[in-house]
Amino acid sequence: MTLKPCLKRKPRGMWAAVLLAVLIAAPALAADVYKIGGLFSVTGPASFLGDPEKRSLEMAVAGINAAGGIDGKMLEAVVYDTEADPQKAVSGINKLINKDRVVAIIGPSTTPDSLAVKNFAERARIPLVSCAAGIAITEPVTPWTFKTAQNDALAVAAVYAHIQKKGLKKIALITVADAFGESGKQQLEKQAAGYGLEIVAVESFGGKDTDMTAQLTKIRGAGPQAIVCWGTNPGPAVVAKNIRQLQIDVPLYQSHGVASPKFIELAGEAAEGIYLPTGKILVSDLLPADDPQKAVLQDYVAKYTTAQKMPVSGFGGYAWDAMHLVARAMRGAGGDPAKIRDNLEKIDNFPAVSGVFRFSEKDHSGLSPEAFVMVRIEGGAWKLER
Amino acid sequence: MQEILQYLFSGITSGAIYAVIALGFSMLYNSTDLINFAHGEFVMLGGLMLVTLWGGVGLPLLPALLLSVVAVAAAGAAFQRLAIATVKDPHPIVLVIITVGASILMRGVAMILWGKDSHSVPFFSGHAPIDFGGAKLLPQSLWIFAIAAAIIVALQFFFKGTLTGKAMEACAVSRRAAWLTGIPTGRMNLLAFIISTGSGAVAGAIIAPITMCSYDMGTMLGLKGFCAAMLGGLGSLWGALVGGFLLGILEAAGVGLFSSGYKDAIAFVLLLLILYLKPAGLLGSVKVQRF
Repeated sequence: MTLKPCLKRKPRGMWAAVLLAVLIAAPALAADVYKIGGLFSVTGPASFLGDPEKRSLEMAVAGINAAGGIDGKMLEAVVYDTEADPQKAVSGINKLINKDRVVAIIGPSTTPDSLAVKNFAERARIPLVSCAAGIAITEPVTPWTFKTAQNDALAVAAVYAHIQKKGLKKIALITVADAFGESGKQQLEKQAAGYGLEIVAVESFGGKDTDMTAQLTKIRGAGPQAIVCWGTNPGPAVVAKNIRQLQIDVPLYQSHGVASPKFIELAGEAAEGIYLPTGKILVSDLLPADDPQKAVLQDYVAKYTTAQKMPVSGFGGYAWDAMHLVARAMRGAGGDPAKIRDNLEKIDNFPAVSGVFRFSEKDHSGLSPEAFVMVRIEGGAWKLER
Repeated sequence: MQEILQYLFSGITSGAIYAVIALGFSMLYNSTDLINFAHGEFVMLGGLMLVTLWGGVGLPLLPALLLSVVAVAAAGAAFQRLAIATVKDPHPIVLVIITVGASILMRGVAMILWGKDSHSVPFFSGHAPIDFGGAKLLPQSLWIFAIAAAIIVALQFFFKGTLTGKAMEACAVSRRAAWLTGIPTGRMNLLAFIISTGSGAVAGAIIAPITMCSYDMGTMLGLKGFCAAMLGGLGSLWGALVGGFLLGILEAAGVGLFSSGYKDAIAFVLLLLILYLKPAGLLGSVKVQRF
């Protein structure tokens, strides 16, 4: 009984004290650190992107802080989960801009999220370095938006160059019916003529479909010399298995969307002989010693595998690159977003995980087709194609 | 001709999957008058349990399969005891909403336990496709047909040939009358859930080698299975079979003869048509009431 009044009174005084402490401490804290915003789809359908990206951003921040921070000041990452929902991404960026007052924003992970938040960053005049691949993010170029993920267009170019080199003319497309597949299909249809290729069949499949033999039977009837499948797991693994089942004996090309050991695990034996474009991260050990990215890649892979105790993902590198690009741009900027933006645009020849970045006033994606290499799956492992 | 045959094979492979799932819906409706919208999640659990026990722990196939089914049926029993039997006012709408809630919970738990990635298991026996006049069929499809047929024959025998089965049917006709004649309706209800979720687990396990298993596979499979059950007539076991195969074949034919973009549209337009023209379904005999 004696406890009751005591309990009732105490919180009021305590809260006032806490509030006072926060009010005094907040400006002091803010001056000591630079806050970097992160928007990643940590959960939800695109968690395969957002989860490793969040881990990589936190690793990069820890690494930069351990090396003394930026101009003597520490970095602090504030990450919000977008769940691959553009609405949540917008509310996230508003919190980053208005509440956390970050100097730069890394992410979002997906193209729809990035397009949804882009204008908020432009209006607030905060540099945004997206980790998504859609071309529309940086084309046309807007002053405050950059991105680190390789364009679909570059992946398509890498695939088509390889088909052309093999002397094949007739191809069939099978794409997943979502944003990734649609964007890929657009590029595949647009660039085919440039490589002297004729598209003889175009089919699609649902992301959760369990059997694609009907589509593939139709494709077989059209007589292609190669099949190009554009999608993310698990659909493309089913396509690979069904092609084996129907014994269609033409080369199968997959997209960079399945460039992970998971695909080989899912497709099993049916993965053998498949060609696909990938960022160099997957084959960092196989790269020649004079490759400009080799050192960066091996450093990232080693750090990720020891810190996270899991095999490296092909996607976390986008956030790692974005953080290191921003960190480079922050040197001497004194935490001024406008100066960070200007410095970002001046970055030239910056070897990173996803490629060698060359930003300019006209190019805010900064990568060339050399960011991709073609690999072939042999004996359950990747083989570099020349 | 060879193409048509291949479309037919594609159709009956996915059709058999839909049929087994539809069986679970129909069977439960038959004995409890309830539509379990978490059924797809039990299918997912069956697949993922097999992934863990066969692929992960390394048990031989048969014990792994049996253990998966038993474990999922136990989960089904727990679901009935904890979430369904405890409801004070078991109005159908309340129960249906409970099952929807349970499906979300189960997806979440599965995401935590198995992660967000897809998992794959090898085929039960060999992966060399069998050739029928130029069209190819996977041996796994034969497994699916055989097991689906075995389940339906067993259920048919259970409902028509055993006293327990008849008692279960009586519960669905009139719970009160069944109770008055001395049938333990609560226990019948529990048994119906065990059989239904167990059959869902079998469906998940036998399709695991063909599809990929992931925590979110249940929603679409459940929806297609429900669609098939409605097509054939809820409550009719043979109707579930007919509905499943019809749906699968129409989907495949739609892809082959029209365009793959319309695949799901075909299934759902068909469902609308059936509901409009013949609300009881193709083989349904139960009276349909709106609630």
